[in-house]
Formats: sequence, structure tokens, C-alpha cells
Amino acid sequence: MRRRLKKDTIIGIALAIPSIVAIAIFVYGFIVWTIRVSMSNWNSFSSLLRGVYKFVGFKNYIRLFQDDRFITDLWNTAFFTLFFLLGSIAIGLLLAVLLDSKIKGAQIFQNIYLFPMAVSFVVTGTVWSWIFAPGILPDDPQGINLILKKIGLDHLMWNWYTSTKHWGPFNLALIPVIVAAVWQLSGYTMAMYLAGLRSIPVEIEEAAKVDGASSWQVFWKIKFPLLKPITLSAMIILGHISLKIFDLVFAMTGSGPNFVTDMPSIYMFELTFRSNRYARGSAVAIIMLLMVAVVIIPYLVNSMKKEVRL
Amino acid sequence: MRKFLVILLSALLLISVVSFAKENALEIFSWWTGGGEEEGLQALFKLYHHYYPDVKIINAAVAGGAGTNAKAVLKTRMLGHNPPDSFQVHAGMELIDTYVIPGMMEPITWILKDMGALDKFPKAILDMCSYKGEVYSIPVNVHRANVVFYNKKIAAKIGMDQPPQTWHQFVYYLNKAKEMGYVGLALGDKNKWTSLHLFESLMLAELGPEAYNGLWKGETSFNNTGIKRALEIMKEMLKYINSDHAAMTWQDAVRLVYEGKAFATVMGDWAEGYLKTLGWTPGVEFGWFALPGTQDSFMVVSDTFGLPKGAPHRENAIKWLKLLASVEAQDIFNPIKGSIPARLDADKSKYDVYLKWSMNDFATKHLTPSIIHGSAAPEAFATALMDAINKFVSTRNVDKTFKEILMIADDNGYNTK
Repeated sequence: MRRRLKKDTIIGIALAIPSIVAIAIFVYGFIVWTIRVSMSNWNSFSSLLRGVYKFVGFKNYIRLFQDDRFITDLWNTAFFTLFFLLGSIAIGLLLAVLLDSKIKGAQIFQNIYLFPMAVSFVVTGTVWSWIFAPGILPDDPQGINLILKKIGLDHLMWNWYTSTKHWGPFNLALIPVIVAAVWQLSGYTMAMYLAGLRSIPVEIEEAAKVDGASSWQVFWKIKFPLLKPITLSAMIILGHISLKIFDLVFAMTGSGPNFVTDMPSIYMFELTFRSNRYARGSAVAIIMLLMVAVVIIPYLVNSMKKEVRL
Repeated sequence: MRKFLVILLSALLLISVVSFAKENALEIFSWWTGGGEEEGLQALFKLYHHYYPDVKIINAAVAGGAGTNAKAVLKTRMLGHNPPDSFQVHAGMELIDTYVIPGMMEPITWILKDMGALDKFPKAILDMCSYKGEVYSIPVNVHRANVVFYNKKIAAKIGMDQPPQTWHQFVYYLNKAKEMGYVGLALGDKNKWTSLHLFESLMLAELGPEAYNGLWKGETSFNNTGIKRALEIMKEMLKYINSDHAAMTWQDAVRLVYEGKAFATVMGDWAEGYLKTLGWTPGVEFGWFALPGTQDSFMVVSDTFGLPKGAPHRENAIKWLKLLASVEAQDIFNPIKGSIPARLDADKSKYDVYLKWSMNDFATKHLTPSIIHGSAAPEAFATALMDAINKFVSTRNVDKTFKEILMIADDNGYNTK
């Protein structure tokens, strides 16, 4: 028996080694390498080519935090993430509850709502950029503005993602981008909640009803608390998408006038591949990694603890 | 069966690796994948094939982003010592600063000397491709950046029978167009570079060609009232742009002119090619003039090809460069691409009325390098300036932007005294 176990362990380790090595090199190795680059003076193609490493400490990071554009990017990410999470979770939950109430054609609606997730962000971005293109106001509107004009809601027409209006650090031009992102991923959130709802035993609901709970109470007091792990997972999945968002924004609006829709990932791309400021671009990458880590690590720690307890 | 498949696949792999290494090939790297330019490139390949039928041409074009993606791929390949045989690069700092100064290119002055073509190109454009007296790339085509294209119907309505010569006249017409309900100046700066494209021509107008060219040699200081005036004029012009400029690309801006919604747009003359594909005839439905103040200058955007050190098929690459430098190749490529040849002795009858006008100016005016199209300054300078001008389009704060420009110039080692 003991020998058998040993053999299994050896086979297990042997099977795991290739992927462990690959991950060690291509994920963690490159993270370490990026940290190293971010603390170098490699801010031009020729200095990179020469390959002479000069350690400059946190200079690239300090410069970033003195940079208006980067500060705007951080605020944009924060507001985008907040509203994107709230929107996707609220709409996802609502759709899931509606579909779970066994209305006619639930299967079809379920697929329709889930469908946007199958579309690439680049496609979504391009199409929504047409929808929200403002046209020349007030006489020659386009997209949504044209609809608003046709139904007599002229006063609601505005510049959408080309607007430079802001409430404090919140750029209103982000609203159309948030709408597009919510449209794309609320269906996915719905699918997660739907799975959660269907795993709640019917007996619990019936027992509550026997005790005289209204369906509203059943939802808030029983179902929603039971769905907490789903909410947490959804927040983690959506949160790491939104903190790293690039393709949707790049295709839909680009950086926008005065960087109203700029994101750290776009700045990273432009620093690295347009300006040849490799060290500065790496510093942005590391800051993005830290932002995602702040979200992911507590979740990982939490789920690992649970596994141990089991 | 499976074993057989594995053997077959590995044999195929081996064969392809071996044959690739031995092949008599020529790998050409470019970002010419769009309408007009791809056909032009194919025509060049055809011509090469005609002279050297046993060389297999590999088209390593990378699409997208006006060459941004291609440039990133090229840098990676050059870093990894895996250069193509020859690659497209803008004349000027994009070539010199990025590849020549680090020592990755072979000088090719001798090719032009052998062909007796050294004096067939304007000296100013070969200077852009040179470093320390050696030429490093062959200019194939030339676009002009400082051109205004306008809708002739609207011009007639606002009473413009002569192209404006001064700012005051130009602004007068822009204002008149605005009063009649048109957009004065169409701008599409979703991709940011178009606002710097406009601003660099304004800089040229206010500084004049000599002082503008002096900026890049350290002879002119950036701390110059001309640059401040350029910002002020830009601020004036921004009053006449379309309100949805940030949702549009340069093509959309040209379309506004085409659809009769806007009077004019400032764009490089690839806009002429675009208007032609939309079905307009140059000189009939649309007219053009050099941006007022820049009439005696020609802002150059030129694509060139060079010879990287360690090119795998060096002999074939040299044949390719010789071909590109010939009148025959330049006259085949440029009418298709909608640009003018870099050689002065090309056959003018092959070009349309706009391109003929451009060829005359190219031969007689001051040639000046474009910033945003990679010729005047290193990429880091151009992108930083692009960001500053992008902010300026929204904030319109002349003093703050001027200070930022001085800082960017100082960061990149230019004269700011």
C-alpha cells in the first residue's frame, strides 16, 4: 500500500513538473523580469539594445505619479470598475431571478442574454462607438442622439464619450464605456447567479413559505445570503477584467479628448510600443499587477482556508 | 496509424525547416496592407519577380494602426537578431535614432553611387535618410502633410474663388462657412495623431522652414514666440472644428467634406487618394492648397527601405533596393499608392493633376520633416508632444501647453534656451 502511494506521488509530480516549470518561467519569471526592467533606465530603444542595466530605483514609478495622464488613468479605472461591477451584478442578478421564476421561453432568453459574452470586446467596442457617436449637435445628430431627437427628447442629447465634462474626478465620458461593458458581461453574471439559484434546494424555500415568508422575504433573507459566494466570485472575475481592461476601450474610444476615457493599460501600451519607454511601461504593468493582486489575493487566501477546513 | 502520422508530421517539419534555410528568398517587411498601398507593393513584387524570377518573395506585412503594430513587431525581431531582408521605415529619426545610431543598419550610399542615382533625389530627403555622411535607406514615395482639401461647392457658396494666402483670409472663410451652417474645419482626432498633424504645420507656418528645420539641429530654440503663436492660431482654428471630432478618424473627417457637411480639412495627401476612392475627381469636386503660411514649404512624409545588418538574403535585398531606387519602380508604385516618387526625374504624365502640383512643389520648395510621421524627432518626443496637444484641444490653455512643450523638448535634449 505504501509503495503504491509512493509511486502515485512520483507519477503525479512528474506529470505536474512540465507545467510548473512553464509557469515558473513564463509567468513568475517574467513578472520578476518586468520588475527589474521597471527599475532600469531602459527608456529608449537604443538603451535597451545596448542592454547595459542601470538601476534607477523607483524613479520610473515616481515619474508616473507626477504624470497627470497616469493620475487620470487611475481615477478612470477606479470609477469604471465600481460602476461596471455594480451594473453587471445588479442586472445579472435581476435577469437570473426573472429567469428562475420559470417564465415561458426562459431557455431562449437565457441564451439571448448570455450571447454578448461570446462576442469579442473589439467588436463590442466598435459597434458601441457607432451607437454612442454623438454627431454634430444640435442639427446633425447620430446614433442614440438621433433616436432621442426623433422621439422628442432633444434635451437629453449630449456628447457621450467625447464629452470632457466631469464631476470631481469622475469623467462622464466613461458612462457609455461602462454601458458597453455591462452589456457584454451582465449575461455572464446572470449565468453564474442562475447556477447558484438552481443549486438552492427547493425544500428551504418551501419551508420558509410554510413559515409564512413572502417571496420578497424569501429572496432577501434566504436566497441572497446563500448566493454570497457567487457574488464574491462574480466580483473577482469581473474585477480583474475591469482593472486590466484594454481592448474594449481601445476599440471604442481610445484615450479620448484630454484622456477622459484613458486606462492604465492603454498608457502602458503607448509608453512601451509607441514611445519606446520600456522601463516606464513596465512600471505601469507592475502597478496594474498590484491593483489586481489587491483584489485576488484575499479571495485566494479565503478559498484556500476553506479547502483546508474541508 | 498514429505512429505513421507522427513520423509524417515530423518529416514535414524537418523538410520545411531545411528548405526555408536554404531557399533563395527575399523577405520584405512593411505595413502596407490597406487599399492602394497593398496593390502598389504587389506591383513592386511583380516587377522584382520579372527581373529575378527564381527568388521567392516573402511578404511579411503587419496590418493595423498606421504601422504601430508593425513597428513593435520589427523592434522585437531586430532585438532578437532576426531581421527581415529589408523593411519599411519613415525617413528621418524613426530610422536614424532607432536603428542607425545603435549600429543595426548597413550604409547603402554605394548602391546609389553605382546606379548614378545619388543626385536624382533632392538633397534634403537623402539628408533625412543619412547619418554622418552615409545614406542608410532608399526613399520610395513622398506624401505631403501640409495640405488643405476643400469642398468646391461650399467654396463657391462662401465666395472663395482664390485659395487664401494668409491666416486672416483662411479664418475669414472658415467663419463664413460656420455662419452658413457648415463645419469650417473637419477634424477627426479619435486616434490623437491628427491634432499634432495640424499643429506641426502651424508650427512650420509661424517659424518658417529654416527655423523649423533648425529646431531639430539645435539651432533654433523651442523657447520661441513662433511656437506660442502657433498655439494661439490653433486655438483660433479649433473654434471652427466639428464638435464630435473625438469620435472620428481622419477618414471620417474627410467624409464630412465629401458629404458636404464641412468646408475643409487639413490632412496629408493620402486624403486625396481617399477622396478619389469615394468617387471624386481632383480639381472638379474638391480643391486644395498649401496651408496658409506654409506655401513655400513641403512637409515630407516618406517611406523608405533599408538594409539591416545580418539580413539573411543580403544579395537579394541589395537587388531589391536597387530596384526601388529606379525610376521604373517608383513610377509603377506611386500612381497606385497615390503618392509622388522621391526621384525628381520621374515621368509626370503618369500622375493626376494633384500629384503633378505636388511634384512641382517637391522639386522647388523647402523640404521639412514631419514630427508625428516619424521624421523630425525620436518617437518618444513625438508621442509626448501628441499627448500635450491632445490635452490642448480640450483645455485650450496656451501658456500651460507651451510650458509642457518646453519640458518635453528639454527631456529629449533639444535647445530650449
